[in-house]
Amino acid sequence: MDQAKIEKIKNLPEYQKLVKERSGLAWKLSIAMLVVYYGYIMLLAFDPAFFTTIISGEYVSIGFPVGVAIIIFAFLLTGYYVRKANSDFDELTAKIKKEVE
Amino acid sequence: MSQLMKLLASFSMLALLPVAAFAAGDIQGGAKAEEVNFPAIVMFVIFVGLTLFITYWAAQRTKSAKDFYAAGGGITGFQNGLALAGDYMSAASFLGITGMVYLKGYDGLIFAIGFLVGWPIMLFLMSERLRNLGKFTFADVAAYRFKQTPIRVLAAFGGIAVVILYLIAQMVGAGKLIELLFGLDFNYAVLMVGALIIAYVTFGGMLATTWVQIIKAVLLLSGATFIAIMVMYQMGFSFETLFKTAVDNRGGDMNILFSGGFVSDPINAISLGIALMFGTAGLPHILMRFFTVPDAKEARKSVFYATGFIGYFYILAFIIGFGAVAMVVGSEYFAGDKLVGGNNMAAIHLSHVVGGDYFLGFISAVAFATILAVVSGLTLAGASALSHDIYANVINKNATEAQETKVARIATLAIGGLAILFGIGFKDQNIAFVVALAFTIAASANFPVLIMSMFWSGMTTRGAVIGGWLGLISAVVMVVLGPVVWTQILDMGAAIVPYKFPALFTVIIAFVGIWFFSITDKSARGKEDRDGFEAQFIRSQTGIGAEGASSH
Repeated sequence: MDQAKIEKIKNLPEYQKLVKERSGLAWKLSIAMLVVYYGYIMLLAFDPAFFTTIISGEYVSIGFPVGVAIIIFAFLLTGYYVRKANSDFDELTAKIKKEVE
Repeated sequence: MSQLMKLLASFSMLALLPVAAFAAGDIQGGAKAEEVNFPAIVMFVIFVGLTLFITYWAAQRTKSAKDFYAAGGGITGFQNGLALAGDYMSAASFLGITGMVYLKGYDGLIFAIGFLVGWPIMLFLMSERLRNLGKFTFADVAAYRFKQTPIRVLAAFGGIAVVILYLIAQMVGAGKLIELLFGLDFNYAVLMVGALIIAYVTFGGMLATTWVQIIKAVLLLSGATFIAIMVMYQMGFSFETLFKTAVDNRGGDMNILFSGGFVSDPINAISLGIALMFGTAGLPHILMRFFTVPDAKEARKSVFYATGFIGYFYILAFIIGFGAVAMVVGSEYFAGDKLVGGNNMAAIHLSHVVGGDYFLGFISAVAFATILAVVSGLTLAGASALSHDIYANVINKNATEAQETKVARIATLAIGGLAILFGIGFKDQNIAFVVALAFTIAASANFPVLIMSMFWSGMTTRGAVIGGWLGLISAVVMVVLGPVVWTQILDMGAAIVPYKFPALFTVIIAFVGIWFFSITDKSARGKEDRDGFEAQFIRSQTGIGAEGASSH
């Protein structure tokens, strides 16, 4: 990639928007995942009694729905990112490519 | 305290099972050949026949280097999602996680979650950039704007070290599992695995390896789904009944419903979490799969599917583990008060309870197929590091594609041969440490260099090389001084480093090393490295200039 092309792409409003929006979303979602996971680990470490709460009948403790919810949360996060990227980001990328190629 | 350490050690060992293998001794009592299991052999022969046919089909289509390393870049996001999940759901994952839930109950679920959460992070921060920048191996990305030789050597070394360590664990585990399930002698089992994977990889390259992985993933997911549904059917589709039956079988001990307190030491828990999360993002055979799809869009879709399959699989594994506590009660499954073959056989015994001899045969064959698929992926990743990074980018920079592909095939033979030798050589050794070592190296050498090369404009060749080697060496030293090698294997008393996975420290050492030796780098090469970031960044964001799929 030569310098002229780099300068051209860098100054495209679509490119700036793409970088800003994608980075923002990627970091936000990453932090959400980390907070949920390490929050769970910290809760296990510092308040193990919480996980002995029985929420249904005599045997279903709160830990089960919480654990499964984290797995589903991880999947939903990836789904959200992919949906957003497939529509917004790919559209911006296509515009950038059209401008320079 | 020593009780806690032991518990932590056993947990952290199990922790790596999904991506690794059985360390020696995980399948207790498996060393003795059992009677021949005919349904399993029939299923297995069908599977091998099918995979060899696929290899033949793939061999017709594997002409260029791109075909060999990256299946021509023509794998779809959905297919790659299955293949990624397949790489992650090893036999050890299936048997290890279910075995852990069988033994410890709820704590098994905590571990399964630890394995999953690295995937979304990999999607958000890495997958698209990797696809846009790379060609065949992760070193293509790590070395993108830097002086090629030192970074390629570092990346290849880190990559091959991880692959070889994994292969040792896989091969020893495979031999023991096959001995137990099929009644086949250990050495023959290892030879057979070695011969088959050499055939898949040498002739069929990435295309065959990917399809073997996809078929196995589908078989494993279907088999696990069937077991889980049968368990829930027997329990009237009530978790209350499932948990009650399980607790009753444990003499009314409710503790399997709660955390056994393995995270009572937060430093250990966080260190383990970092090893899992960053280690996954530094595994060469996983990273390589991002180059098999045509573009960044398919790369990101593949992680979405992989996350879904892996998450689903862990939920099944959890039900299967509790199902085994509740339903594996017949005396024929026990030797004394222990499960025949050890706790990791819980899912296998459960498959017999819910589906009889034929279903047991099916699940055994699936477990074997899983080993073959994972070992093939590892072998291909190791061979690529040798042929693409070392041969074509360091030794003979003018190598033609034909020469490179030829070297890749020879390297496959060499790594396959090594896998057989190590499998037999380490048969009776305590290999528990190799898994900790592989993961810690992946997290502390491969991952920091790779991620910093994509995100930090200030990184220079000098910083990457010194930081990467510091991470690698500190990983080896701290694992050797840790509880498994120092205390258990060398018998030197209390461990100097009290963490089985010292990743928390070694990852920081690597990042600080990269940062410090980059900012203090005043060389002309350093300036060139920093200046190159802009072009790399634009390509990583837009895919302009990225490798396309081959035409056929």
